[in-house]
Order: sequence, then C-alpha cells, then structure tokens
Amino acid sequence: MIETPSASYPDPQDSGPAQATDSSPVVAFQNVCLRFDGPPVLLDVSFSIAPRETRILLGPAGVGKSVLLKLINGLLRPDQGSILLFGQEIAAMSEERLFPLRTRTGMVFQEGALFDSLTVRDNVAYQLIQERVPDDEIDARVHQALKFVELDQTFGFYPGDLSGGMRRRVAIARALIHRPELILYDSPTGGLDPITSTTIIELVMKQRDVYRTPSILVTHRLQDAFTLCSHRFDLDQGRMVPLPKGESDPNTTFLMLEEGRMIFDGSIHELIHTENKFVREFLE
Amino acid sequence: MASPPLPASCAILSLHRLLFRRVTSLSSSPAAHTMALDAIDRTAKNIVLTVQDYSLFSYRAVMNLFHPPRYWTDFLIQSNIIGVGSIAIVLLSGFFTGGVLALQSAATLSQFGASAITGRFVSTTMIRELGPVLTGIMVAGRNASSMASELGSMVVTEQIDAMRALGVDPMRKLVTPRLFACISMLFFLTILADAFGIAGGGFVTVVMNHQNGTQYFSMAWEHLRYPDIIQGLVKPLFSGYLIATIGCFYGMKTTGGTEGVGRSTIDAVVFSSVMIIFCDFLMTQVLLTLFPPI
Repeated sequence: MIETPSASYPDPQDSGPAQATDSSPVVAFQNVCLRFDGPPVLLDVSFSIAPRETRILLGPAGVGKSVLLKLINGLLRPDQGSILLFGQEIAAMSEERLFPLRTRTGMVFQEGALFDSLTVRDNVAYQLIQERVPDDEIDARVHQALKFVELDQTFGFYPGDLSGGMRRRVAIARALIHRPELILYDSPTGGLDPITSTTIIELVMKQRDVYRTPSILVTHRLQDAFTLCSHRFDLDQGRMVPLPKGESDPNTTFLMLEEGRMIFDGSIHELIHTENKFVREFLE
Repeated sequence: MASPPLPASCAILSLHRLLFRRVTSLSSSPAAHTMALDAIDRTAKNIVLTVQDYSLFSYRAVMNLFHPPRYWTDFLIQSNIIGVGSIAIVLLSGFFTGGVLALQSAATLSQFGASAITGRFVSTTMIRELGPVLTGIMVAGRNASSMASELGSMVVTEQIDAMRALGVDPMRKLVTPRLFACISMLFFLTILADAFGIAGGGFVTVVMNHQNGTQYFSMAWEHLRYPDIIQGLVKPLFSGYLIATIGCFYGMKTTGGTEGVGRSTIDAVVFSSVMIIFCDFLMTQVLLTLFPPI
C-alpha cells in the first residue's frame, strides 16, 4: 500500500511550481527537425504541454521518442525549429544557460541512470548536495522522497543492490526531490513485470493528481497509457481507483510518433476513434 | 568426343585466375577509385574533426578552473586515486629502471675505465628523460584506461545525461578535477620515480657491481645542474595534461555500448602513450635549445 503523500511527501499546497496559474505552455515545439548520420530522426514535429497536463508519447521502438524527450530539456539540440521550455527558447541556448532551466525539470531515464558509485541517498540527493543543502535537511528530504516511492529501507544501499523496478523508483524519487515544474518519464516501465509496472504507473498518477505537475511519459505499453487515462489517485485510500465508466482524465492526452513524424495529437477518445491506419494498427 | 575432366588442382588454379582478374578489374575501375577516394576523404575528415573536438574539449577542461563552480572534493578524490594509487607501480618501475641503467652503463663504461661515473649517468638519464617518460607511460596505462572506461560506462548507461539533466556540468564535475589532479600528481610521482631510480642504480652499483656507494651518490649529485631538473619537471606537466585529456576525451565520446567502452579504453591508452613519447621528443628538442648542454 502506498502511503498517503501528506505523511510521506511535502504538502501539495507547498509544491509551488506545480500550482502555476499561468496558462502558457510549459513546453512548446514548433517544426522541430533532427537528423544524425542517417535519415531524419524527427521531422517537422510540433506539439505543446500545457500546465497540469500529462502527455503520453506513444510509438514503436526506434521512432525517436527518447530523442524527443532529450530535446525538451536541451540534452540534444535540434537542427531546425523552435523549442520553448518555461517560455524560453532553448534550441540555441548555451549549455551554461541551460543548467538552471534543467534544474526546474525532473527526468526519469529508461534504465534509471543511477550513479552506481553513489548510495541511494546520494543519488536521490544529488541535486541538493550540489546546492550545498545542510546534511540534516538532505536526509529528511531523501527519506520523504523514498517514502513516496515506498523504498525508504534502501537509504544506504548501492544501485547494484536493487532490482530493476526498484532502480526506476529510486530514479523517480531523484527526479521528484527538487519539486520539478515538469517531469519527463522515458519508458519508466520498459522491461518490467506487470506488477512493478503498475506500481510505477501509480506513482506517475500520484504525482499527476496530487501535485498537478505537468509531465510527458514515453511508453510503448498501451496498458500503462490507458491505466493513466482511466484511473485517478485517491488520496484518502492511498491508491489508484478507476474513474466512472466512460470517463477519462481530461488532463491526460496522447501524442504518437511514426518514423520521426508526429502523426497524432489528441485525447484518448480521439485516439480510439482515429482513422489513421498506423495508429489503428498500433492500437490493435 | 567429350574432353576428359580437369584434375582438381587445375580447376582450383583456373578459379584463382578468374578471381584475380575479377579483383584487378574491379580495383582499376573508376567506381573503385571513387570508393577509395571517398574512404580517404572520410578518414581525413574524421581525423580533422577528432582533433578539433579534442582541442575544444581540452580548452574547456582547462578554462573551467577559472570559473565557479569548482569541485575541490573531486580534485582531492582524483588526486588520491591517481597519485596515491600509482605510487607502487611508479616506485617499482623507477627502481628497476635505475638498476638496469646502472648494470648496462657500468658494463660499457668499464671498457673505458670510467665506471666511476655510473652515478652521474644514471641520475642524469633518470631525471632528464626516463623518470618523466616512464612515469607518464605507467600512469597512462593505469589511469588513462581507468578514466576512459569509467566515463565511457557512464556515457553508455546515460549517467552523463542524467548528470546534465540534474543541472551539473560533467566537464566541470568529472573532467576538470581529473585533469588538474593528474597534472599535479604526475609532477610528484616523477620526483619519486627519479629518486627511486637513482636508489635502484645505487643498489646495483653497490650490491652487484661491488663499487663504492659514496662515489656513486656523490657523482649522481655533484654533476646535476638546474637545467636537468627543470627538464625533468616540466615534462610531467605536459604528460599529465595529455593523459587526463585523452583519457577523458575518449571516455566522453564513447558510443556502442560495452564494446565501445573497450574500444575507448584501448584508444585512450595507445594515444596517450604515443603522445607522451612524441611530446617528450618535442620538449627535449625545445629544452635542449633553451638549456644547451655544457
């Protein structure tokens, strides 16, 4: 059972950035193109993420989903087009100027990308340690973040001692400890068993429904995507519960990539009823 | 009437001829020339691109020291790994090199009745040349490989991207501390290697060549000049720079998973060792011009 956030994580009212009232998009892509050595990885991609919105990026393996995620926080640069992050154009921004912007985002990498020479405590607190936050405060916040992902007992462990699912949950704790204004999830359930996947999706949902943090989640698992749409996190029960039949979360919408092109952008209802052949094949 | 079948050896011979003609016709065709030129063009561009990337990389690594944030804790950790961790191999290689020098030089010098100057020969050679170069190569073997493999593993497991995503510059956090730790530690390791090389020469001179130890050490000391010491202590600064920048550069540009990490490690050790010897050659030429031998 997941603990209620009020007991394990800062009060939702305190998580300032996620409570933004500004309606301008957190992320806006305009005609973004990217090519490495071969054919284009992304071609003329445009979309945006509104405040409090969760976007699920679908697509088969190798269509540029992770690349798109890395473009959002400037880990990669586009060849063409404009990328606005928190209202600032980052397509040509210097690495030095990008660092402060990146600290406002949280990213969960495909395999966790935990620093294997550091303990779970130091991994989760990495950003706080760099900011020279006092040790006592670091310990308290790490415990809170680890309780949020139900892994408080791993405080002193090394990543090598953890299972794949636990690593992802520690990675989520690391991404959330700084109370980010945007979360990027890169296939957080990829390669995990169904039970662990559900636990992780529940954490994503908890962050969405309790803290209202805008996010983008890359996945090729339809089941995870539909669970996010058809459930909400119940703070009183401390777990996710299904929405009434026929309802879906209005803030959770879909994007779909095919060979570098954005072929779908819309709600779950539009996704199910789309005429696009590729989307239909993917759904089936 | 049907001709009798060819023996097997004749059939193989004619097949060889056929293949030879095919290959020679291909290699002399315009398409083959174009392909060869393309390959040369690609390789040349890759070399120029790598040199450009390396230059920018090392420039950034150096300049990071002059702007905050500076990671002094990482500098101390790396100094411990590179400096303290390399002491054993540097001392042993220095000691035995000095010993070998004493053995070889005593055998040759005795033919001219000059075995008394063994100490001078060993100390000058160790301090001016062998101490810096051998220490550089030993440290390159141990640390350039470790830097390339460690950073390479971090690249392929997305830890470098994670660091950037957390708002930390990997160049400042990982490369600059290694660079300055390597330069400063190589300086002191070279002094130790020189000292143990002279001690190794003394040990061989006294124990194996049955010569006078006092004479050996006084010859080693009295004929040393400041230019010899300057030569010997300037070189490790450049070697340290080469080891760290090449090791980190190959680590940070690793691609291709675990196999790529292996390739980066090999490249880092090979290039840093070759560059140390090449740089030593250039430095010796320059320093001999600045401080001509008496």
